[in-house]
Amino acid sequence: MDKEFLVDAQHLYRYYGPTCAVQDVSFQLAKGDVLGFLGPNGAGKSSTMQMLTGNLAPSAGKIRVRGIDLLDEPKRAKRELGYLPEQPPLYREHSVDEFLSYCGRLHLVPKNRLRQALDSAKERCGLGAVGKRLIGNLSKGYQQRVGIAQAILHNPAVVILDEPTVGLDPIQIREIRHLIRELGNDHGIILSTHILPEVQGVCNRVQIINQGRLVFADSMSGLEQHLHSQHLIIRLRQIPSIDELTQVPGIVAAEALDTGHFRLRYEGANPASAVAEIAVARGWGLEELVPERRTLEQIFVELTMQDHVPQDTANGEAA
Amino acid sequence: MIFTIAARELKALFLSPLAWSILAVVQFLLAYLFLAQIDTYMMFAPRLAGMEDAPGVTDIVVMPLLGNAAVILLLVAPLITMRVLSEERRNRTLSLLMSAPVSMTEIVLGKYLGILVFFMVMLGLLALMALSLLAGTDLDLGKVASGLLGLALLVGAFSAAGLYMSSLTEQPTIAAVSSFGLLLLLWIINWAGGSGAAAVSGLFSYLSLVGHYESLLKGLFNSTDVVYYLLFILTFLVLSIQRLDANRLPH
Repeated sequence: MDKEFLVDAQHLYRYYGPTCAVQDVSFQLAKGDVLGFLGPNGAGKSSTMQMLTGNLAPSAGKIRVRGIDLLDEPKRAKRELGYLPEQPPLYREHSVDEFLSYCGRLHLVPKNRLRQALDSAKERCGLGAVGKRLIGNLSKGYQQRVGIAQAILHNPAVVILDEPTVGLDPIQIREIRHLIRELGNDHGIILSTHILPEVQGVCNRVQIINQGRLVFADSMSGLEQHLHSQHLIIRLRQIPSIDELTQVPGIVAAEALDTGHFRLRYEGANPASAVAEIAVARGWGLEELVPERRTLEQIFVELTMQDHVPQDTANGEAA
Repeated sequence: MIFTIAARELKALFLSPLAWSILAVVQFLLAYLFLAQIDTYMMFAPRLAGMEDAPGVTDIVVMPLLGNAAVILLLVAPLITMRVLSEERRNRTLSLLMSAPVSMTEIVLGKYLGILVFFMVMLGLLALMALSLLAGTDLDLGKVASGLLGLALLVGAFSAAGLYMSSLTEQPTIAAVSSFGLLLLLWIINWAGGSGAAAVSGLFSYLSLVGHYESLLKGLFNSTDVVYYLLFILTFLVLSIQRLDANRLPH
């Protein structure tokens, strides 16, 4: 029926003994989607991803990959999946080429296409020069790339990446983000991360999970609306009274932040031009007029604040 | 798919110095035992020549060699099997296999086959040593074959038990110690029960790994013995598959 969805997860639950790590998580992934999966540590991101890739069996719920039930026909469904776990699964004693061709054979890449698949995965991940080197001797960044190469090698319909940019330097992070965006053109991608700008940079959908529940799920444009807070920040040289400000059509409330600095709340269309005209007409000495935007971080913190989440999860510690 | 996994397992074994040093040490010990056994034969040869129906070189050199080889393998098998699954779990590489289109059965069989091929290399070297006697004398080839079959089945059983122990823990050393304990217990289990009820002592001597090997060493090919080893192997492989599956399931 809904064969358009690459991944269709319905009411997933997962218990570890009496603790419930994931409860009632449902979502869909369509072709071309890059879905950002956010949540504080221990919120159930990794558990959900492990369930999607067959590494964990859900306590309840259904997962379909391209319409194939993952629990009934795991072998067929897993062909369509590429997975990079939090810790890349690498055999340190093998060379990059050996390892990748082993992965290719495991994922049933036909022999005559293996060479080509290997070369293109290596090229996409910038591994061309290190094919002969032992994985154990590579730097963390390169090991991470080998992990990504392993996930995209067999050209799966769905690529699931658990914190793919942890431990990389800023240039590598840019390259990996570029790669993810590129992959998003013809694959469906699920990406978990702590790094909020990363989501804004590469994803077109966002989900926030907290304490095992999905607390926010929207497209990036939907998120934009959330980010617009219906506030203008204004800075004036001549300080008018609050009443004068609220008389401007469209403005419903004003609040002084510090001398000459105000936050104006409006309803309906953005009244910035009216504010500017009046400010000029009355000689308030307009210095600054910007729409206030909430950051994704604020939304994230608001949604996950019920428990003692440290706000600074953004710079994930290198594992 | 099984062969892909087996080939990688074998390759990984030979990439580590452990496998090479085990091969070298075992070969050295066996060669020493072989020479000692030949020495004994040389000592008794003049007296044997006068006896009727005297034991031949097969009985005096090859069979004791195979018997001793079993004890050495009991000691080294846990060292080879210890890391096979535990290390995958410890290094988190198991998820590579779990998210690939491979069943648990294929994973376990592939791993098992990889170890088995390694031991077959070891047995091949041992067989060549024994067969080198053909250059100077005649051997009872049927008996040698029966002994080698017994040793191969025995090693198969060791590997299966070791594989299961390796699936239980993340620590290779714990896997090695516990599989050594299990194998030794099954080796000597027939020592007890001699004074107990007949049924109990019968069960214990049936369970003993060594009893079935001894009859094959005497050149008695009995299907009960072969079936015992096959059942033993099957049991531990099924347990390993169950164990791997249990990792995924909620508990």
